[in-house]
Amino acid sequence: MSAPATTSTLLGVSDLRVEFATDHGWSTVVAGTTFSVGEHEIVGLVGESGSGKTVTGLSVLGLLPRGVGRVASGSVTLGGRDLLGLSERELRSVRGNEVAMVFQEPMTSLNPAFRIGDQIAETVRLHRGGSRRAARDRAVEVLDLVGIPHARRRADDYPHEFSGGMRQRAMIAMAVSCEPSLLIADEPTTALDVTIQAQVLELLASMQAELGMSVLLVTHDLGVVAEVCERVVVMYAGQVVEQADVGELFDHPRHPYTEGLLAAMPQLGSRGHRLPSIPGRTPEPWAMPPGCRFAPRCEYALPACEEPPPLLTTRPDHLSRCLRHDELTLRGAR
Amino acid sequence: MLGLLARRLAFTVPMLVVVSFCVFSLIVLVPGDPAVALAGENPDPEQIAAVRERLGLDDPFLVQFWHWFSGVLQGDLGQSLFSSQSVAAAVFSRLPATLSLALLSLAVALVLGVAVGVLAAMRPGTWIDRVATFAASLGVAVPYFWVGMILVLLFAINLTIFPAVGYVPLTENPLQWFLHLFLPATALGLAPAAVIARQTRAGMTGVLREDYVRTATAKGLPPARVVGQHALKNAAVPVVTAFGLEASRLIGGTVVIEQLFALPGLGNLAYTSVFARDFPMVQGVLLVVAALVLLINLLVDLSYGYFNPRIRQS
Repeated sequence: MSAPATTSTLLGVSDLRVEFATDHGWSTVVAGTTFSVGEHEIVGLVGESGSGKTVTGLSVLGLLPRGVGRVASGSVTLGGRDLLGLSERELRSVRGNEVAMVFQEPMTSLNPAFRIGDQIAETVRLHRGGSRRAARDRAVEVLDLVGIPHARRRADDYPHEFSGGMRQRAMIAMAVSCEPSLLIADEPTTALDVTIQAQVLELLASMQAELGMSVLLVTHDLGVVAEVCERVVVMYAGQVVEQADVGELFDHPRHPYTEGLLAAMPQLGSRGHRLPSIPGRTPEPWAMPPGCRFAPRCEYALPACEEPPPLLTTRPDHLSRCLRHDELTLRGAR
Repeated sequence: MLGLLARRLAFTVPMLVVVSFCVFSLIVLVPGDPAVALAGENPDPEQIAAVRERLGLDDPFLVQFWHWFSGVLQGDLGQSLFSSQSVAAAVFSRLPATLSLALLSLAVALVLGVAVGVLAAMRPGTWIDRVATFAASLGVAVPYFWVGMILVLLFAINLTIFPAVGYVPLTENPLQWFLHLFLPATALGLAPAAVIARQTRAGMTGVLREDYVRTATAKGLPPARVVGQHALKNAAVPVVTAFGLEASRLIGGTVVIEQLFALPGLGNLAYTSVFARDFPMVQGVLLVVAALVLLINLLVDLSYGYFNPRIRQS
């Protein structure tokens, strides 16, 4: 694993606070998230549904649903430039160009009424200009790059003529068509068959290596993280609870929630055993525990956990939001 | 796409034959004998019988139909009973005014309906949405002849911006053509605009929540293209369906509006011919109108294939 200290920061998310309109008024769903993605780095953003990981990804590009979600405070920088302060027009030149996104549902993320090649070419012409023919050639080129056989012919297909895995490849082709410096992939493999999952992850990793871009991989699946990521940011209930290099985090987790996530991963050779699960459920945004947000579900909780813990540096490049990060010996991946 | 066209045409042609048959039968079923009307004042039975003989009214029904239909196939719609003018010539001289009125009304309906529907869908629950929904309900409820009279009162009599009645052919003076048709086309187009606005709002509200709309935004497309291109094409099928139904109804509405605005169109011809019991003329007008409606339906069916590529292959 590379040492993140030597790479310069590409994406910097600092103290990001996002609110959503709920029946209980504006509720904070991301509460002061801070992390960074270095150049050429693949970072996993991990958490259960409702942890705020997807919302964090959408906030980077200002894609929160209008009137429903809003960034309340914090900053998001790309190569030192503040993204949250950009006008809508400036933001549009970042979207799909400098920062591209791949979404979870390949079946519904492509427009069913337009040819796949045209959808990719549209992005290319939008940001690169040039002739229709040149954009079209670029679309075929990236479809070929992501491993679509007979790319020139298949570019004329509509999404319903592609399988799920191929659609996700096409989404990745669209995302890399303008050679972005950052790719945000939101659960890119969750909706796919296991065998296809591995291929798509492999593709993401090879695209990253080939194009030298950075990747923020949003997922609930630590197995996916282990496969391709260099560094992991674990989110729980709208907060970052742990952050470390993949190897370090898997071997020596420093937060009880991470321990729970690792224990809940299916392992080869553990057939017949019931997978452990973390008792309880993620708290609702309007009913957050006042202290450590994980404390009500934590078997190691102490009275001191009634106070909100800060994100503590437990090792160089290893952060944990647990008061007992040094005294506990938590089980890593088996 | 060619396959779809062939399938729809194969359906449309027999439909046209059936419609011709219905149009012809309708006249036979209507009370009143044209021979009596034609035979002059106080005719004696022999005179009436002579007229019946001349018009072929004593032949069996199917023979009468065949005489008429074989003429239709050769483009001969028959002769007017009263003016000895050919029905085809009369119908085609009236067609431009009706087509102008219908097309302008449909343009009003489509542009206004889609614009209002899209705006309402983009801001659901806001005052824009509420005003649009209210206006659409009102538009559906208000009869078009009443709208026509109000428009004439406001814009022709009080403000004198538009002429109240009359028609100028497009080839003669395009500006006058437009000015003369503006009020009747608006009167006739408002109700379909309201129906289309409702369909558009309903369709777009769903589509705007779709993942691919978010994808389009994430690509960096400006909102106008996200909504107008990516979303609208997907919401179009129910809108086009409503458009087709409204277009058929609207052609019926031209009869009243042409009377109201004194437009020399097919509706006007149908109106006078019905009262004169000029049956060949009525049959000719009905046949042409029915063919127009079938053509609209054909175009709507074909447009499904454009808007939804999956239909093309099924």
